[in-house]
Amino acid sequence: MAASYDAIVIGGGHNGLVCAAYLARAGKRVLVLERREQVGGAAVTEEIFPGFKFSVFSYVVSLLRPEIIRDLDLARHGLHILPLESTLTPLPNGDYLAQWSDHDQTRRELARHSLRDAEAYDEFGRLMHEMARAVKPFLGMPAPDPASLKPGDLLGLAQLGRYFRSLGAEKFHALWKLLTMSAADYLDEWFETEALKATKSASGIIGTLLGPRSPGTAYVLLHHYMGEIDGVFRAWGFAKGGNGSVSAAIAGAARGFGVDIRTGAPVARVLVTNGRTTGVALESGEEVRAKLVVSGADPRRTFLGLVGAEHLPADFLEGIHRFRFRGASGKVNLALGELPNFICLPGAGPHSSTTLRACLRGAISISPSIDYLERAYDDAKYGEVSRRPYLDIIIPSMIDPGMAPPGKHVMSIFVQYAPYHVNGGWTDARREAFGDAVIDTLAAYAPNLKSAILHRQVITPADIERIVGLSEGNIFQGELTLQQMFFLRPVPAWAQYKTPIRGLYQCGSGTHPGGGVMGASGRLAARTILKGRAA
Amino acid sequence: MLRTTPFHPRTSSLCLSHAWRRWSGYVVASAYELSHEREYHAIRSAAALFDISPLYKYLVRGRDAARLLDRVTTRDIARSGVGQVLYTPWCNAAGKVLDDGTIARLDAETFRMTCAEPNLRWLEENAIRLDVVIEDVSESTAALALQGPASRAILQQLADTDLSELKYYWLTATRLRGMPVTISRTGYTGDLGFEIWVDVEHALSLWDALIAAGAPYGITPAGMLALDVARIEAGLMLIDVDYVPARKALIASQTSSPFELDLGWTVNLHKQHFVGKPALAAEARRGAQWGFVGIELEWDALEKLYAEVGLAPQLPSAAWRTSVPLYVDGDQIGYATSGGWSPLLKKYIALAHIGSRWAAPGTPVEMEVTVEHRRKRAAGSVVKKPFFNPERKRT
Repeated sequence: MAASYDAIVIGGGHNGLVCAAYLARAGKRVLVLERREQVGGAAVTEEIFPGFKFSVFSYVVSLLRPEIIRDLDLARHGLHILPLESTLTPLPNGDYLAQWSDHDQTRRELARHSLRDAEAYDEFGRLMHEMARAVKPFLGMPAPDPASLKPGDLLGLAQLGRYFRSLGAEKFHALWKLLTMSAADYLDEWFETEALKATKSASGIIGTLLGPRSPGTAYVLLHHYMGEIDGVFRAWGFAKGGNGSVSAAIAGAARGFGVDIRTGAPVARVLVTNGRTTGVALESGEEVRAKLVVSGADPRRTFLGLVGAEHLPADFLEGIHRFRFRGASGKVNLALGELPNFICLPGAGPHSSTTLRACLRGAISISPSIDYLERAYDDAKYGEVSRRPYLDIIIPSMIDPGMAPPGKHVMSIFVQYAPYHVNGGWTDARREAFGDAVIDTLAAYAPNLKSAILHRQVITPADIERIVGLSEGNIFQGELTLQQMFFLRPVPAWAQYKTPIRGLYQCGSGTHPGGGVMGASGRLAARTILKGRAA
Repeated sequence: MLRTTPFHPRTSSLCLSHAWRRWSGYVVASAYELSHEREYHAIRSAAALFDISPLYKYLVRGRDAARLLDRVTTRDIARSGVGQVLYTPWCNAAGKVLDDGTIARLDAETFRMTCAEPNLRWLEENAIRLDVVIEDVSESTAALALQGPASRAILQQLADTDLSELKYYWLTATRLRGMPVTISRTGYTGDLGFEIWVDVEHALSLWDALIAAGAPYGITPAGMLALDVARIEAGLMLIDVDYVPARKALIASQTSSPFELDLGWTVNLHKQHFVGKPALAAEARRGAQWGFVGIELEWDALEKLYAEVGLAPQLPSAAWRTSVPLYVDGDQIGYATSGGWSPLLKKYIALAHIGSRWAAPGTPVEMEVTVEHRRKRAAGSVVKKPFFNPERKRT
């Protein structure tokens, strides 16, 4: 390649693209190198069965930062986030629990199960809203390290300190509880309806090999409420055209700023001379030079795969080895000839009442009780796939009819737990058995499901690792647990996008704040690079 | 699912305007006719019939029922008589208003509490170790308000008891055409009026009986738009409009104490303990920072602002409920939260929060008015509430 670049971004996932766009916006010449034939990483839309489009891996937009939507003008580049407003939890007894965007409707539905919960729901919501407001600034700033004496860290800590003091005792105490408790215990303090507690707690376990009764899982509950604060931006929703269109919009913005994007261009090595990067070598043997290299790959792939241990200090390497992935989830994508007929919503077909139909436009959660989720976790804890897994389902074609041929549907089923380290390892037979368990679980609630299936795609954590390149199939590039968040993500003292190699930065979800299709890591990495005298 | 009230089979066929609004998850008529005007005038000249079923209603019973209610509200419940109804706010520990409503003493150990917001959980939390049972009867109890000068005459034809004996803010358990009801002499219009509480099974028969008996007197089903004008004339505040309940407030400055809402008369600091008492006692010593007052604009000032652009004054026919700044000497010293034109008083009136030092009646203030897209300030003054307070309300 004749062109010369100021920066090379390894990996065209959404964070890599966001980082590249911000760097180019600031005047850098940037090249993005993507291993696969399409950009997006885990945020891709593929037509895996003719006429049926799937957000193969990640399937909702979760907390995409509003500042990125604004700065990169993503709406102009085709991003259209559609609302995902209800959550339906079908119950084994044929009843259900629904949560809607309408306050009165939700209150009345909860009151059907528990009058107390119906009222506690508002107070809980308000407190969580306040907690989310308290924590949200973390998402928009590099995490200051409390053990550091650097002026930047001290300033950041001072700001946070003042902020936490301004919260007042009540909120600070609640925040402390959120940081230390299990999701189940935290919710027990508020609610008595099992299905409500289970469905809420599920957001605390997604992507981690922990159960709802594992300490530390309460914090992640907050993420849902952070989405609410950004309500007008619909930071939480379904991207028209699937999650691939999020990546396409960011890529469009990046190209608009002059970024070159090469697909089918896997990077083999980061070139390092005297502790400083000089560019990358592709698997084809081609070398591309740049003073600045930003890796969107996860920490393990970046440092153990692309950089090589010989260039890294031992204590840092130790930290990378300790960084936990433990992929815990899989996906089942279905092409359906007709809508599932849920026992709890009889006749919820295309011509049924709007209320029933509305439930199929939102999330459907198989989480009838905390015990159910914890038992699912028990299986995984000992290396087995959950016999009765937690399922988080959406029917994208109900939200965006363009995802399937007219009258037909696609269904996305996120499944937990499917541990990466499954006893005996993942094989084709195991994958199919896993798929069967998921279908059996769901068919118990929607008996016509099996006959409606035209095609199924089953994705295990091993598949996620193989196809997308996420180590151990962890969807967050490393577990989002407290011991590896904030100033500890991915490695203590190296949590601010810099690495021991001069000129080499990280911008993936394996850095603070990580998780979901947020783009925050990519943006903060770019800001850090542009602020420093890098390159 | 948005619900309809027990009276919906009747109200829906009457609602020619198709103008509905939401109230606590129910749909109720904004106006039945194409304009709410006639409905408003029925309140002041005949009798208007309102469906108020969406109110939250709780039955509080037991040996400690009065103790519980004394613990949570600001008024002296224990000393209320059987058959008496008390209007009261209730507060959080910081002395900020959570909600307001009425407490009716049905017998020595039974009370009915009406509220704008759900309060079951909060009551239960305060009922620990008390011998009391709290029952949410919101859905099983339907309610109508019959308000206006003819209301008593209409009800009297149907009721077994002599309603001329029923005093303002008292109630009676009686029968209307054989249906067991309680009738309270209460309302939200500041006029002679009654509220009738009945089991849902009798709801439609009650409606039909009232309409039949009321027809010669001009009974008029009326919606929320008419009620809004009347309650402002009566100086009665509305939750979520005139104040933010403390449970929903996101920042402390959004909350209000009873003193700041001109409800100091409801705060009984001689009671033993009640939620918020220490904070309220301190505030009583210190003096409230805010007042909640009536504002009346000067017609001449309004007319002049419109005349400047070649228009006659254009006044809102329905009440507004937005925050409108108030000024003294060019500084903002408060804000009105609802207001409008009073067709009865022929005055432009508003309810407003205002810094205490400007809260005395007679204080001249200016209120923002938008005249042909431009913000102006019209002269007015603080006046005593209620704006309208007819003798018949109490006699």
